[in-house]
Amino acid sequence: MSKISNSLSGRLVLTEFYFTLRKHGLKTSITEYLTLLEALEKGVIWGSIDDFYQLSRVMLVKDERYFDRFDRAFAEYIDKVSEVDVAEQIPEDWLNNPLMRDLSEEDKQKLNELGGLDELMKAFKERLKEQQSRHQGGNKWIGTGGTSPFGAYGYHPNGIRIGQEGNRNRSAAKVWDKREFRDLDEDAALEQRSYQLALRSLRQFARTGAQTELDLDETIRATSKKGGLLDLKWQAERHNAVNVLLLLDIGGSMDDHIYQVEQLFTALKGEFHNLERFYFHNCVYEGVWHNNARRRSSFVSTESLIKRFGEDYRLIIVGDATMGPYEIAFPGGSVEHWNEEPGKVWLERLLTRFERAVWLNPQPEPHWKYYPSIYLINEIMSNRMEALTLAGIQQAIEHLR
Amino acid sequence: MSFKSTERYIVSEGLSQAVNAAVTLEKPLLLKGEPGTGKTRLAMELADSLDAPFLQWNIKSTTKAQQGLYEYDAVSRLRDSQLGSEKVHDISNYIKPGKLWQAFTSEQRPVLLIDEIDKADIEFPNDLLQELDQMAFHVYETGEQVEAKQRPIVIITSNNEKTLPDAFLRRCFFHYIQFPDEATLSDIVQVHYPNLQPRLLDEALAVFFGVRGISGLKKKPSTSELLDWIRLLLTEDITPEQLAEYRERPSMLPLAGALLKHEQDIELIERASRAY
Repeated sequence: MSKISNSLSGRLVLTEFYFTLRKHGLKTSITEYLTLLEALEKGVIWGSIDDFYQLSRVMLVKDERYFDRFDRAFAEYIDKVSEVDVAEQIPEDWLNNPLMRDLSEEDKQKLNELGGLDELMKAFKERLKEQQSRHQGGNKWIGTGGTSPFGAYGYHPNGIRIGQEGNRNRSAAKVWDKREFRDLDEDAALEQRSYQLALRSLRQFARTGAQTELDLDETIRATSKKGGLLDLKWQAERHNAVNVLLLLDIGGSMDDHIYQVEQLFTALKGEFHNLERFYFHNCVYEGVWHNNARRRSSFVSTESLIKRFGEDYRLIIVGDATMGPYEIAFPGGSVEHWNEEPGKVWLERLLTRFERAVWLNPQPEPHWKYYPSIYLINEIMSNRMEALTLAGIQQAIEHLR
Repeated sequence: MSFKSTERYIVSEGLSQAVNAAVTLEKPLLLKGEPGTGKTRLAMELADSLDAPFLQWNIKSTTKAQQGLYEYDAVSRLRDSQLGSEKVHDISNYIKPGKLWQAFTSEQRPVLLIDEIDKADIEFPNDLLQELDQMAFHVYETGEQVEAKQRPIVIITSNNEKTLPDAFLRRCFFHYIQFPDEATLSDIVQVHYPNLQPRLLDEALAVFFGVRGISGLKKKPSTSELLDWIRLLLTEDITPEQLAEYRERPSMLPLAGALLKHEQDIELIERASRAY
């Protein structure tokens, strides 16, 4: 492999790799790509494609959520390079090295029946030239599967395994073909960090807790009072003192937005020490719950929220507000239970207590106009509904200040 | 150089390659993975296998990047000046080197572990970019330039509590430690309990993977919990037959407290076994 990166054609092949990654939406930078070249030159790995897969992933992908994209890109790249005339581009020792190690005595015996390794290599190169298109299955052409002596994934006692070095006991399926990281892939951009940066503008520092910092002003004052004899004064560290009451719509149509809400929640948790979280379904009525897994036993009345938390709490409601208008406007409108008073009344009570409030809606803003319920809620919120996007959160912070 | 499994610590092929690449190319290696997959242990074992000094910098929510370089203890100096101590004339008496400084000036190439970097403030990794890139920094109080004699091997762990900045990630190598499969896990257990009865091991692993497979657990039990649990199984003389019986007819999971740390999780598996 180190030979490959030295030759010009090898560099071209690897540039292709880089662009395949970019095409699959991986944000790999040129610097990282150059590091990979450096690694190949230093001979960190030898000819095996498995090694190359591991190494390039270590260097080029920095988040496990992108592993699946990388796997797909890698598979595509491997397919592509096996289509070009590899016979000219693969240095001989690259093929020899794993081959010799993999062969058992018995295999070598059989190899001799075919005229020895040199014969086999010659036949291999000839056949590579004959074959112009990618091939799978069958028993003559080089490709994947099948029983021809040339190619990977197949079985033939004296077959050549292209670049498959190492453990033969492992299943022949390539690591990147297994796509073990599929579950972790997310198409949405990683927003949490930008959310958190936006939320920082809502900081109000206050000092509470153990006194661990030197209070310089107080120390100078106390020291001069004692006629210059040092008198140290301490104070507590600064924390963000903003209190947040978070009400989350859960279940039903919200299932589509779980990822976004999780990102928001992680960002909020990182920024606010006093974050109180409760759940509701569709609209807030007389009760919310503390723990979604145990709805009944963790029931908390909305009344008690209003009593328990001071008016300095910022109220953030997250919900798609997509429901029947009667769920908001009429007693008994709830889809889950009989509510004595309409949701509208409870929302208004909350808003009277918590003046600084905002409703974050994960539905894309252009869709809002199709739902009368969204219009209703936004009216109750006096137009303080914002989309659950970076721009929306920045707007929301204005309402919460 | 090549870092391989030892009799105390099992490394997967991918991980050992990531470590070797990071060591050869002198880049920090960022490790992520479920809690209890041995991220922190890796750094210690690496130091051990290279016979290199080991430095651990534990990050907390209040840790500042500067603390890794050095701290200037102005308060002691002020106090000393009042007591008329001679030390006071030399400012370097009050400069306390941090972990990075110690790593830079170590005689032998050390292994520096920056543990749980995601605990710190969101800007923390950015504040270390320059130092990790250049492996040098400036001490303003004394005008001294601290440069690394040799680039330390830097291992960084993260539990994914916060997303790390792109600029920082670009400078690191990254490896995600996957939860080990049954064969690897059995190797790991045998490393810790070499004399464990094979039947007990098999039964324990079967029960363990069964528990991990239950969906909705708040915290899936990890390797370290499995090891604790096996130790308890041994001290309580739980037989493989008892575990087999549990798998046939789930009732109370023996010593569930060692595997599951949340009350809700214990409730959950009780409910799952009742439904069985």
